[in-house]
Amino acid sequence: MDISLKNVEYRYSADTPFERLAIKDVSIDIPSGSYLAIIGHTGSGKSTVLQHLNALLKPTKGAVVIGSREIKAGRKEKNLKGIREKVGIVFQFPEHQLFEETVEKDICFGPMNFGVSETEAKRRARDAIKQVGLSESILEKSPFDLSGGQMRRVAIAGVLAMEPECIVLDEPTAGLDPRGRKEIMDLFYTLHKERGLATVLVTHSMEDAARYADEIVIMHKGTVLKKGKPLEIFSNPEELLAHGLDVPEVLRFQMKVEKAFNTKFSKTCLTEDELTDVMADFLTGRVPR
Amino acid sequence: MNSPLVVLNDVSFQYESQETPALNHISMEVYEGEWLAIVGHNGSGKSTLARLLNGLQFPKEGTINVAGITLSEDSIWEIRKQIGMVFQNPDNQFVGTTVQDDVAFGLENNGVSVEIMSDRVVDALKKVNMDSFLDQEPHHLSGGQKQRVAIAGVLALRPSIIILDEATSMLDPRGRGEVIETIMNLQKEEKITVISITHDLEEASKANRIIVMNQGEIYREGTPEEIFEMDEELVKLGLDIPFSVKISKKLREKGISLDRHYLTEEELVAELWTSHSKM
Repeated sequence: MDISLKNVEYRYSADTPFERLAIKDVSIDIPSGSYLAIIGHTGSGKSTVLQHLNALLKPTKGAVVIGSREIKAGRKEKNLKGIREKVGIVFQFPEHQLFEETVEKDICFGPMNFGVSETEAKRRARDAIKQVGLSESILEKSPFDLSGGQMRRVAIAGVLAMEPECIVLDEPTAGLDPRGRKEIMDLFYTLHKERGLATVLVTHSMEDAARYADEIVIMHKGTVLKKGKPLEIFSNPEELLAHGLDVPEVLRFQMKVEKAFNTKFSKTCLTEDELTDVMADFLTGRVPR
Repeated sequence: MNSPLVVLNDVSFQYESQETPALNHISMEVYEGEWLAIVGHNGSGKSTLARLLNGLQFPKEGTINVAGITLSEDSIWEIRKQIGMVFQNPDNQFVGTTVQDDVAFGLENNGVSVEIMSDRVVDALKKVNMDSFLDQEPHHLSGGQKQRVAIAGVLALRPSIIILDEATSMLDPRGRGEVIETIMNLQKEEKITVISITHDLEEASKANRIIVMNQGEIYREGTPEEIFEMDEELVKLGLDIPFSVKISKKLREKGISLDRHYLTEEELVAELWTSHSKM
């Protein structure tokens, strides 16, 4: 299932004195099975874009195509349930949305809301809890007796149990310690690779975007500033810095070294190994200065 | 270093709903004027420690002494005058409708007169570089700005210690940078003792001293340089290794000699330049 935004504009409280333009002329393609990262500052419009991906918001101009459905500005849309079943959103701090008596009931809530039978929902719950790296025994527990990290995983399992074709992640690692962060990011990457789950990651972390995404979209003041593969995006770091955006720490360090030695390395490095290889060659004189 | 301002003596604490203690026989000191970072994975006990220091929880065993006063139900109000706390979520600690009202809130609670109050509010906001936002409403502020206002609210009460309980963990990189810079200034210019609870080792690397917590116990204590020598051990504890340490290590593996184990990014660039530029 492909998703695409076509020249989307969105105004909050349109036609009222409180009207505010949040995004304009945003075009983004998310082909089936791809991994896209959306980056931008607080207020750049990334959360507004995110809410268009399963028609929580409908464009005030332009159109959003989700699979075979087209959501067009100015048209009444009915029966959006099918879309919301296929595009699962993991919001920031999703553990705040847990509410049921047991983990199993909480995970089953989503699929049953979409008309899945109780037996099938329970099967999915068992499947989903394993996917997020927890044991089946946790299904019997109250979600409120779990640790913060476990609660986050349960909330994610609730979205996975809907068996979406695309998953949208809004800062999924906020507040976690470094180990928890890596585990969650690796979990989504595995799902993406093994199940072909299309993934949209909304993040502040240039490192995560560079490491996991096939494509990156940079939002700035409500518009798409840049889009492309990680290497294309980061090959011109000065432009990003000029817009007050960050670059991955590897690249930032590469720029510091280049400046100190008054040189320019032959490539843009995005991993520690790439950078230290290039630096070692340079420092030992294997590469002419 | 200076004299100890806070002394924990064999402190233990256990939450009622839990089977294992959150803190297990902790003894430590915080010195006047230092920046102490307490690091550890989620659930290592570091936030519980912060809550005990401010009397939000009381130890089941052991004693806590702040500026010569032993912490008890009778002395918490005296001790809370000495210690200001800033929490994780910028949206949960904004109580005023404008920036200056928010900073004035604590002063009002303490019965400070209006004349003194307005001076103190402006003064505190200047220290966090937010004095041009006096009449702004909270929803116009970024996360980093809100946290700086929260710090100003604490400063206005003139505490001798500020505790930041994961105060940067919900911020974007820019906001995090703003808050860390503010903390550095406060410690250097205002001589305020800072305790920052964090799992961001880049933030901890700026502190004078680091305590690593693991499963309710103090695992290690030392300068950033000493702590970062732990290397892979930090990863095993659920933490990370600072970026400059990772790069130094890989460079060494690739045959580039470096004298010192731990260098900040700037120091690393400088060292590479001095030792390799004239080859």
